Amino acid sequence: MRIALFPPIDIVLIIIACWLALGLLSLFSQRSATPVTRWVMPASALASGALLAAGLFALAQPPETAILPLGLPGLPFHLRLDPLSAFFLVLEGGTSFGISLYSAGYFQQRTPRQLGILSLEYHLFLASMALIFVADDAYLFMVAWELMALSSYFLVTTDHEIGEIRAAGYLYLLIAHIGALGILLCFGVLHGAHGDYTFDSMRAATQTPFWATVAFLLALFGFGAKAGMLPLHVWLPEAHPAAPSPVSALMSGVMLKTAIYGLLRVTFDLLHVQVWWWGALTLGLGLLSALFGVLFAAVQTDMKRLLAYSSIENIGIILVGIGLTILFHAYDMGLLAALALAATLYHALNHAFFKGLLFLGTGSVLHATGERNLGRLGGLIHRMPWVALLSLVGVLAMAGLPPLNGFVSEWLMLQAFLLTPSVPHAYLNMMVPIAAGALVLASATAAYVLVKFYGVVFLGQPREPRLGQAHDAGGWERAGLAWLALGCILLGLFPVFVIIALDNVTQSLVGQGLAASASAHGWFFLTPVSPARASYSPVFFLGVVLLVVVLTFLAVRRFYHGRLRRGAPWDCGFPAQTARMQDTAEGFGQPIRQIFEPAFKMTRQLPSAFDEHPHYAVSVADRFWHALYAPTARLAERISGLIGLIQHGRIHLYLLYSFGTLLLLLFFVR
Amino acid sequence: MTHTTGILFQLAQSIGVVLLAPLWLGWVNQWRAWLQNRKGPGVLQPYRTMGKLFAKDAVLAHNASPLFRATPYILFGCMWLAAAIVPILATDLPFAPAADVIALVGVFALARVFLSLAAMDVGTAFGSLGARREMLVAFLAEPALLMVFFNASLISHSTSLTTIVGVLAHRQFALYPGMAFSGVAFAMVLLAENARIPVDNPATHLELTMIHEAMILEYSARHLALIEWASALKLLTYTTIGIALFLPWGIAEAGDWGALPLSLALLAVKLCFLGAALAGLETLSAKVRIFRAPEFLGTAFLLGVLGMLNYFLIGA
Repeated sequence: MRIALFPPIDIVLIIIACWLALGLLSLFSQRSATPVTRWVMPASALASGALLAAGLFALAQPPETAILPLGLPGLPFHLRLDPLSAFFLVLEGGTSFGISLYSAGYFQQRTPRQLGILSLEYHLFLASMALIFVADDAYLFMVAWELMALSSYFLVTTDHEIGEIRAAGYLYLLIAHIGALGILLCFGVLHGAHGDYTFDSMRAATQTPFWATVAFLLALFGFGAKAGMLPLHVWLPEAHPAAPSPVSALMSGVMLKTAIYGLLRVTFDLLHVQVWWWGALTLGLGLLSALFGVLFAAVQTDMKRLLAYSSIENIGIILVGIGLTILFHAYDMGLLAALALAATLYHALNHAFFKGLLFLGTGSVLHATGERNLGRLGGLIHRMPWVALLSLVGVLAMAGLPPLNGFVSEWLMLQAFLLTPSVPHAYLNMMVPIAAGALVLASATAAYVLVKFYGVVFLGQPREPRLGQAHDAGGWERAGLAWLALGCILLGLFPVFVIIALDNVTQSLVGQGLAASASAHGWFFLTPVSPARASYSPVFFLGVVLLVVVLTFLAVRRFYHGRLRRGAPWDCGFPAQTARMQDTAEGFGQPIRQIFEPAFKMTRQLPSAFDEHPHYAVSVADRFWHALYAPTARLAERISGLIGLIQHGRIHLYLLYSFGTLLLLLFFVR
Repeated sequence: MTHTTGILFQLAQSIGVVLLAPLWLGWVNQWRAWLQNRKGPGVLQPYRTMGKLFAKDAVLAHNASPLFRATPYILFGCMWLAAAIVPILATDLPFAPAADVIALVGVFALARVFLSLAAMDVGTAFGSLGARREMLVAFLAEPALLMVFFNASLISHSTSLTTIVGVLAHRQFALYPGMAFSGVAFAMVLLAENARIPVDNPATHLELTMIHEAMILEYSARHLALIEWASALKLLTYTTIGIALFLPWGIAEAGDWGALPLSLALLAVKLCFLGAALAGLETLSAKVRIFRAPEFLGTAFLLGVLGMLNYFLIGA
């Protein structure tokens, strides 16, 4: 089927234009917030839905190109929609559809003035990310990249009256630009034969192994900074909680994936060769990020910071997948590279859905209670049953539990790990399966983190009396949450269709697909490599468990009874218990703090036995901040101090400097 | 053989395991009693306890949510699924491809997360304490368990449990050297995951030491009975996984229905022996502090890794 009138790339461009128009339109609504929440946001969600459809359609199509006569004279914007771009457009469209629906309800409480600007930034952000995915020259890519960085910076600092948020925004902008420098230099290394920067001529050019390695390392640095890879992660737990919840969801769900897209684009599309140690390096950094992220998530007491750290963990898992792909591809093991790549992309998509869902869930909790601190929440399952139920789906998905989506991608990843013994490198093939142990540790700890998150927020007794007034989310918010939850369920139940859809992407990047082997047993059984090797059927899984649950329930009723009484919980003979005596988030994190103590920089303040008002405080800081960032900042300050020596503020001196520089340059140019 | 007999056999096997799980728990408890110079309540005691619990009225805390009420059923469903896909008597299970060993770990994890959430639901200090300790033990045990399964998968080039068992059972009464290490690691994980000594004590309600019992403190009547049943089922399923991986000899191969009686008899002998061994192990060792659990499970992980390195170093 071919729609001759509108090729998908035109549809994508129209959607981007729609978003920009919607953003500008919202500026006109200065008096009332209603037009923006009632019309602009749902329309934007429709555009996201169209993007999802266009992306799905383009996944099965050969690459298409287009040239936009914008930009500088003689330097137009090149666009290209290939399966890799299409996959990430699907990711953006699918996630932002739910997030925009949710925003239609969530932003109702903002003042009209705030909302106009916010909506403009929001749509610029969406449009810039879509542009990144279809950019086909370094110029447009960097323009869109900067647009994304700036629009998200303004979104992060929406509540700029608060000092901490301004600081978080500054840190975010700084690291975003350090990363952008890396990407810029990477494109510089990769430039085409005639010094032009279209991706086409980059593909045509061949790099010596040395320069290819330089380009890869620069890309890993630049995109890693955007993705929150260790040790460039410090901005992430500051910036994500600072932004309004739908924006946090977009940043975590989609923006981090632009970095994954960029890394894949440079490594597998623009560069022709891969060296095995690139894979080992990426894998190692990914594992470190995953473990670090999850351990820090376990000790957080702010629910949005907890989710932000867990994003570092998930990015780590995705990087592990990229590392494996590079490793397999470097040794020309096409099918295994396709398996690892499919697992990577699958996890990226899953993370967008469940992390988006959970960030939106925390947004609803924040609206209903005005509280982000886990120590003051609790028992919300009674007051907010919808949010609690839909968040439970996200929690189970993120904990990597079958039959939801998080499990499928981790399962595929472990299958890829199990196949590493066939790598022809004697030391590597031993080490990599052991690395799988670290990956399992990270994902099992993630389950711990999520039990803490869900248990403290939604279960138990309300820790503050005013939580009794909390209200459930409204219709728009529920719709947004439900869409993302549905995504988690469907992506988990029908993995074979996802693998088939990913076939073109893996074909174009590593030259082999999984569709034939994965669907060898029909859609019911997922058999990534061969049926004898491994298989998994989520539908059967869910079917059996549900069947047994229903039958057991009926049998108990039939043979015994369903009598029920309500009573007070067991109080151990101490009746004066209050809700404040429940386990706290700090308490729940205590075993992690104790076992992994060397990983944290902890300061404890313990009361002595004679204190009148005993006080206990513990704070956990990031070692990287003190060991890496603070010294770097001091060094930068010292160097800028030295530069200050030649800055006197006298115009004639500056004129002299300019003259000297000109003379020097003339000497070089001649 | 036809597909239908296979399905019927798998169904019969899972029902048999579900019905007999409390009996085996009774056997272990009886041995414990004997080894401790007590008379013991008899092997049928778990059935009597469950019957009594089913007959009672359930008492729920005022603020218990639907999650709390649904969890025992979900737990039971998960354990039933696990029991259905482990090759216990024969390797010919038509639905075994639905979940491999990694998915099996996932089933147990799903059940555990639900139980931990239910434990936090009422909001008492004990429930949450138990939940946190249970999740702690679990995330320490899971990597070790995966290393064991990885070793078996590397040897048999498959993560499907039936294929693994098929390959391992071919080596008559000889164990791959790496699997010896893995066997010890698996035994340690089994003790930890099933709330047995030395990580937890199934017979205690002492506040500071309990893990599993702390989580289910608020449960009563039919809910409690289902949870106890699911725990017994989990212990038996874990043990049969261990038998399938490390003592698979005598299991009926695909299509070989004549071998079933022998397979059944051998299984009964293995289970009787392992039950007594488990009771002996629990009698001889003491429960360790909760913060010694990382050392215990770290050792298990190390043994699992050693088992896997054996595969690479000597190729088996």
